[in-house]
Amino acid sequence: MKTLEEIEAIRTKKRKELDIRVNSNVGSKEKHILVCHGTGCTSSKSPEIINTFRKIIKEKQIKNVRVIQTGCFGLCSKGPIVIIRPEDTFYAMVTPEDCKEIVEKHIIEGKIVEHLLCKDIDGSKVQNLDSLTFYKKQKRIALKNCGVIDPENIDEYIAFDGYKALEKVLLHMTPDEVIETIEKSGLRGRGGAGFPTGKKWELTRRATGKQKYVVCNADEGDPGAFMDRSILEGDPHSVLEAMIIAGYAICANQGYIYVRAEYPIAVERFKIAIEQARKYGLLGKNIFGTDFDFDVDVRLGAGAFVCGEETALLESIEGKRGQPRVKPPYPANQGLWFKPTLINNVETFANVTRIILNGADWYSSIGTENSKGTKVFALGGNVVNIGLVEVPMGTTLREIVYDIGGGIPNNRDFKAAQTGGPSGGCIPKEHLDTPIDYESLKQIGSMMGSGGLIVMDDTKCMVNLAKFYLSFTVDESCGKCTPCRIGTKRMLELLEKITQGEAELEDLEKLEELAVNIPKTAICGLGQSAPNPVLSTLKYFREEYLEHIKYKQCRTGECKALAKIQIDPGKCKGCGMCKRNCPVNAISGEPGKVHTIDESVCIGCGTCIAVCPFHAIN
Amino acid sequence: MPEKKEQSCSCMEQKLKKEVKKILEVYTQEKDNLIPILNDIQVKYGYIPQIAQKEISEYLKIPMAEIYGVITFYSRFTLKPKGKYAISVCLGTACFVKGSEKIMERLKGRLKIKEGETTPDGKFSIDSTRCVGACGIAPVFTINGEVYGRATVKKLDEVLDKLEKGEM
Repeated sequence: MKTLEEIEAIRTKKRKELDIRVNSNVGSKEKHILVCHGTGCTSSKSPEIINTFRKIIKEKQIKNVRVIQTGCFGLCSKGPIVIIRPEDTFYAMVTPEDCKEIVEKHIIEGKIVEHLLCKDIDGSKVQNLDSLTFYKKQKRIALKNCGVIDPENIDEYIAFDGYKALEKVLLHMTPDEVIETIEKSGLRGRGGAGFPTGKKWELTRRATGKQKYVVCNADEGDPGAFMDRSILEGDPHSVLEAMIIAGYAICANQGYIYVRAEYPIAVERFKIAIEQARKYGLLGKNIFGTDFDFDVDVRLGAGAFVCGEETALLESIEGKRGQPRVKPPYPANQGLWFKPTLINNVETFANVTRIILNGADWYSSIGTENSKGTKVFALGGNVVNIGLVEVPMGTTLREIVYDIGGGIPNNRDFKAAQTGGPSGGCIPKEHLDTPIDYESLKQIGSMMGSGGLIVMDDTKCMVNLAKFYLSFTVDESCGKCTPCRIGTKRMLELLEKITQGEAELEDLEKLEELAVNIPKTAICGLGQSAPNPVLSTLKYFREEYLEHIKYKQCRTGECKALAKIQIDPGKCKGCGMCKRNCPVNAISGEPGKVHTIDESVCIGCGTCIAVCPFHAIN
Repeated sequence: MPEKKEQSCSCMEQKLKKEVKKILEVYTQEKDNLIPILNDIQVKYGYIPQIAQKEISEYLKIPMAEIYGVITFYSRFTLKPKGKYAISVCLGTACFVKGSEKIMERLKGRLKIKEGETTPDGKFSIDSTRCVGACGIAPVFTINGEVYGRATVKKLDEVLDKLEKGEM
C-alpha cells in the first residue's frame, strides 16, 4: 500500500530521472537505450538485442547507461528499432550483431552509427524520431506512453502523470461529473460502431441493480489490426486506470478484461500491471483512502472473431460458446451474468485518463464536428511504412497513405484501401481525399471499424479480396442465426464461381440480393456487416466482376483458374531475374533473350511478377 | 492415434489424470473457469485429450457434450495433437495482401496434407492463423511459435528442406 503522498513522491523523483526520455535538450550524463519489445520487433529478435546490449555494457563496465524495453514505437516495418535518449537517435532494423558497434561508437565515442540510421521516404537518412515524416502528422494521445516508458514498471507510468486522473476523480469529482466530462469530450467507442462513450457510461450508471461490471474488450479479431494489442503491450496501466475510473463512475467494483490468448505479451504485461497496482493499493479495497473498492481480472479469448461482439464476449467470459444474444436488452441493463455491464474497447479506455486530466474542451477541440479526438490505425499491406499511426479525426486517407505511409512500394499504383477489416469496405482512389471520421466512412460504403487500414496496389484483384473476406466470415460465423450461417456461405460459393470463371450474369444478381438482405436479417454485427466487402467492391470495381464473368478474365492474374502468367516479349530484356527466382524452375531462356514460362510446371505463385524489374510479366 | 494409446496404457492414463487434476486445483469450481482451464491444457499438451475433458466435466459439473461444444467453437482448442513442427501460416489481411495465400498453397502441396492436418509420420502439421501481429514483416509463417518474416515461397522451401533433413 502506498499513500497519496508516497505516490506523489515517486512521481516527482521518477519524472526528474526520466526527463531525458522526452526532452532531448537535457544535459544528462545518463543515457537510455530504448529497445522495442512489442510483438512486431520481438518477432525479429528484439529480446536478443536487449540481452546483448546488457551483456556488452556489463562487460565493458560502462556506467550511466540503462537498457530499457518499451512498447511499440509504431514504425514496425523498420523494426527492430533502437532509440538512444536523450539525443533521440533512431536506429532501424538493428540486429544483435549491431549492438557492439552501437555501444562502441555511439555510447563510448559519441558518434552516430550512420549505416543503421533510418531512411526517410525521400531516401535521406534521418537521425531523430521526430524528424521522420512518418511521425510528423501524427498526434499521440492513446499511444502517448508507448515507446517512452517501460510497460512493466508502474513507477515509470506514475512519472508521466499516471494514476493522477484516478486521484482527481476519486477525491475531487462525483460519478456524475466524471460521466459529464466524458460525454462533453465527445469520445466515441473505438471498437468500431462509434457509440458515444459518455452515454454508455450514463446508461449503465442509471441501470437498476447493485452488482455492476466493467468489461474491457481486448478481443481484437480484425486480422491486420493490432492497435489494442500495442496499447496493452506498451502502456497497460493507462487502460487499467481508466477501467477503475469507469468503475467509480458507474458504481461497479469488479472489472474484467477479455483479451486474446494469441497475445501472450499483452496478457503478461496486463497481469503484471494488475499485480503492481494491487501492491500500491490502486486496486482493491479503499482506493486512495476512500470507500471505493475495485478489482480487475483477466479472461482469455480463445480465438473466435465473433467474441468481439459485446454480447458474444459476455457469453465467452461466462465460459460458454461465444454466441451473441438478441438485443435488447443491452448489456447496460443485462450484461455479464445478466447484471448491468459497461463494455468499452481498449483504445476507448486509453483516451479516458487524458480527458480527465486535460479536460473535455481540450479533447473536443481535436477532430471533426461529430468525431472527436484521434484514431489509431494499423497501417499495413502495400505501403512503404507499415505500423501504428495515430492521427486526429478528419485526416484524409491520402495524408495517411502518402505522407505518413510513404506511398506504394515498387512503383505501383494505389488501388484501394480497406478500413474496418472484414466488416468494412474498400475505399477507391477517387475517395482518397475524404476526411476520415465515423460518418464520412459510412457515407462512402466503409466503416471506421477497430482501425485496421490495409492498402492495396494495382496487382490486387478486388473480387479475390471480397472472396477472402467472405471466407473469413464464413469461418467465423457462430452459426446462431440463419442469414449469417447460410447466407454468407452462399455468397462465398457465388464468389468462388466467379473467380473460377464459371459464373453467369445472373449469379451477380443473386450475390447482390444476398448482400442487401443479410444485413437486414442477421442478429449481430458480424452478420450485418459481412456483405460490406462485396457491396463496396461491387460499387467501385464492378467492371472487374464483369470481366471475370463475361470474359473469364482476371486482370491481375490473382484468380489462378483464369490466370495465365505471361512474359511480354516487348518488355522482356532477358535479365534472368525471373528464371533465378522461380521456385519450380518453370522459366527458361538465354541471357539477353526473351524468356518463356512453361505453363505445365508453373504454380502461379507470382514470384516472377514481383521480381521482374521491367514489369514485363503479367 | 495417441488417444488409442492412452486407452491401452492405463499407466499413462493415470499420469495424465493426475496432471490434469493438478491444473484443475488452481481453479475454483465455477463454470466460467472452463475456458481458462481448457487453455492451460491446450498449452500443456498441444491438444485437449478426451481424458482431460472427462476430468473437467466432473470437476465443473458441465456435461461432456457442452465441453465438446466449447472446444470445437474456439479455434485455439484442438482435439488432435499437432505435428513435431507445427507450421502456421498467417492469413490475416496484411499477410494476405502480401501473398500469404501462395505460401499456404505451396506448403499444402509439399506436405500433401490440408489445413488442420498432421503428416502421417507426425512430423509436420499445418494451420492458418489470423494475424500474429507481425504485420510489419508480412507475410509471415510460424513454426512452433517462432516467426519467419518477409516470407516467400523460396524461403519456405529452404526452411522445409532443412527441417526434412533434420538440420534445424
